[in-house]
Amino acid sequence: MADAGLLRFHVPEPEVRPGGTPDFSNVTIPKAGSVPRPEIDVDPRTIRDMAFSIIRVLNRAGEAVGPWAGLLSDDELLEGLRHMMTLRSFDARMQMAQRQGKTSFYMQHLGEEAVSCAFRKALALGDMNFPTYRQAGLLIADGYPMVTMMNQIYSNEADPLKGRQLPIMYSSKEHGFFSISGNLATQYIQAVGWAMASAISNDSKIAAAWIGDGSTAESDFHSALVFASTYKAPVVLNVVNNQWAISTFQGIARGGSGTFAARGLGFGIPSLRVDGNDYLAVHAVAKWAAERARKNLGPTLVEYVTYRVGAHSSSDDPSAYRPKAESDAWPLGDPIVRLKNHLIQRGVWSDERHTQAEAEILETVIAAQREAERHGTLHAGGKPSARDMFEGVYAEMPPHLRRQRQQAGV
Amino acid sequence: MPRRTMIEAIRDAMDVSMARDERVIVFGEDVGFFGGVFRCTQGLQAKYGKSRCFDAPISESGIVGSAIGMAAYGLKPCVEVQFADYVYPAYDQIVSEAARLRYRSNGDFTCPIVVRMPTGGGIFGGQTHSQSPEALFTHVSGLKVVVPSNPHDAKGLLIAAIEDPDPVIFLEPKRLYNGPFDGHHERPVTPWSKHELGEVADGHYTVPLGKAVIRRPGAAVTVLAYGTMVYVAEAAAEETGIDAEIIDLRTLLPLDLETIVGSVKKTGRCVIVHEATLTSGYGAELSALVQENCFYHLEAPVARVAGWDTPYPHAQEWDYFPGPARLGRALVETMEA
Repeated sequence: MADAGLLRFHVPEPEVRPGGTPDFSNVTIPKAGSVPRPEIDVDPRTIRDMAFSIIRVLNRAGEAVGPWAGLLSDDELLEGLRHMMTLRSFDARMQMAQRQGKTSFYMQHLGEEAVSCAFRKALALGDMNFPTYRQAGLLIADGYPMVTMMNQIYSNEADPLKGRQLPIMYSSKEHGFFSISGNLATQYIQAVGWAMASAISNDSKIAAAWIGDGSTAESDFHSALVFASTYKAPVVLNVVNNQWAISTFQGIARGGSGTFAARGLGFGIPSLRVDGNDYLAVHAVAKWAAERARKNLGPTLVEYVTYRVGAHSSSDDPSAYRPKAESDAWPLGDPIVRLKNHLIQRGVWSDERHTQAEAEILETVIAAQREAERHGTLHAGGKPSARDMFEGVYAEMPPHLRRQRQQAGV
Repeated sequence: MPRRTMIEAIRDAMDVSMARDERVIVFGEDVGFFGGVFRCTQGLQAKYGKSRCFDAPISESGIVGSAIGMAAYGLKPCVEVQFADYVYPAYDQIVSEAARLRYRSNGDFTCPIVVRMPTGGGIFGGQTHSQSPEALFTHVSGLKVVVPSNPHDAKGLLIAAIEDPDPVIFLEPKRLYNGPFDGHHERPVTPWSKHELGEVADGHYTVPLGKAVIRRPGAAVTVLAYGTMVYVAEAAAEETGIDAEIIDLRTLLPLDLETIVGSVKKTGRCVIVHEATLTSGYGAELSALVQENCFYHLEAPVARVAGWDTPYPHAQEWDYFPGPARLGRALVETMEA
């Protein structure tokens, strides 16, 4: 307090930069099973500490422990494992396809597969997600055809979006997956609006908003929290904290709030943190939040603590801003390995079956890829017509677009 | 036929729409209990309940962003931004989201919303209550942009906008709310009750989007105007004695090019007038279109009369505002060219 000198400007820095030794000793990891599970109608003021802890179910021995465990059957967990493995395999193939020039751009989920795959299973038919570009597990876990996803990625003749959107910016109303924008955070307040509309219509459907740690700095995140809080909208407000916003470490967006979950506290919104690499924990917390929304108890903010193992996108090189081995040091491990170990521990899975499943899944993904490529890739084969470019700007094409289409000769 | 102010006509349009279609909901800052700072939503909450007409937090991006989500759900939100000058926080939601949702999702999701906002000057509102940002919206693919100039059109156009399957920016010239202001600020304003366009039928009717109307037929020069400038043009024509054909565009996007071209080919001269600043204003687009489509019929350069390229001033309001004297000079020059 004795400092009466000149003002100093503060810019937060990550613990370690390239060349340094990865160090997550500042990340406090509570023991699995140690965070209590309150009733869904709990007074938010009494659980403020949950915004600073981490709900975990799977312990280091692969056992599911504590009050958030026990919701999923063997079959459901085996299905969850298969979804995550499928997403990882899909990502690897599409990342490679991008490198082979079959598409312009790709974004993978490596290390974050549990978040979207487990969350999807906590929702009901008709609920709507407003995702970012890193929640394709919502589609995989809902049975959306991989071929259709690939057609979109390739912008080929079978692309349901007619080649108009950047790869991976899927849209499927049928599968509760709102059209991905690519502009950050805009979808967060839209999800709240969708949820408000459901309540206005006395419906039973809920919405789920998605955002990354970096984009919580956008004003739309804050307007979403105001609207969700004011109107008690039936929405789950998800923040995926994967530690990195392209090259910017999460401290730049987080500032002095301690955690991203803590952002919800000022709005009186119950705010939880969960181990994002723990399929069971993600599912249990999502279920809790979804039930609150459906029972008119209003919004819940959930921060998924995870780590972006891969690059931000196919255009990014993380070795320029973080230590190469940082992902190995990440204390919450790998979501697929952890669920696999749990299933082995439960006696319903084995290393052999896992290896076999990996091969089967790869085969399915390759088969889907072959089928998609029959419809073309970005620069080869069938593609949407130039005429399609002029369609769908409006429900009915106005005269000036008709003139321009004529001018373009298509 | 009942006479209504533009405020009453706009309110009636929402009332009629809400009664016909329960998906229509209305919200914005101060629009619920109080009925809006200009009273356009007065009585709607009492009539339709708080679920269908309610107050919103002061967050334009939140108002438009949540309306987009509601439209994706299947409602038809008609939201108010208190002044067009306050729309900028919502610009990303309008440009990147509302305008493109149909296109980018190939119709999987659509965005039938109306964003109403009072526009224009003439009320000593300074730079934060006087702007005319229409060109910021006409530049955006996927939007429709409407500027009514009288109670009859305001009601019919607003009902059409609410029923439209795509997002509509609905700019209400606030200086026209209570009467047809012609720029003569020194004179008392005629109330709409004394003007034939103050006649607003009860019940449902629409004025189609994308259709201009000739307000004053004439042979000497075509004046392209919208909003308040329609009356400024009428005054200028009368005061100069020039037989101007005044076209009220009503919808800027999509534009009724046919009516414009038909008139300019007849008169051979064209003057464009708007309150918004000149450079890259909507008049530039109109001027280019007239040149492209009517070049061999033109006997004089296309002239533009607009707000000066300054922020909207306070004390200098009437030096800034393109009134009948300034437009009159342009008409005379165009006739002499």
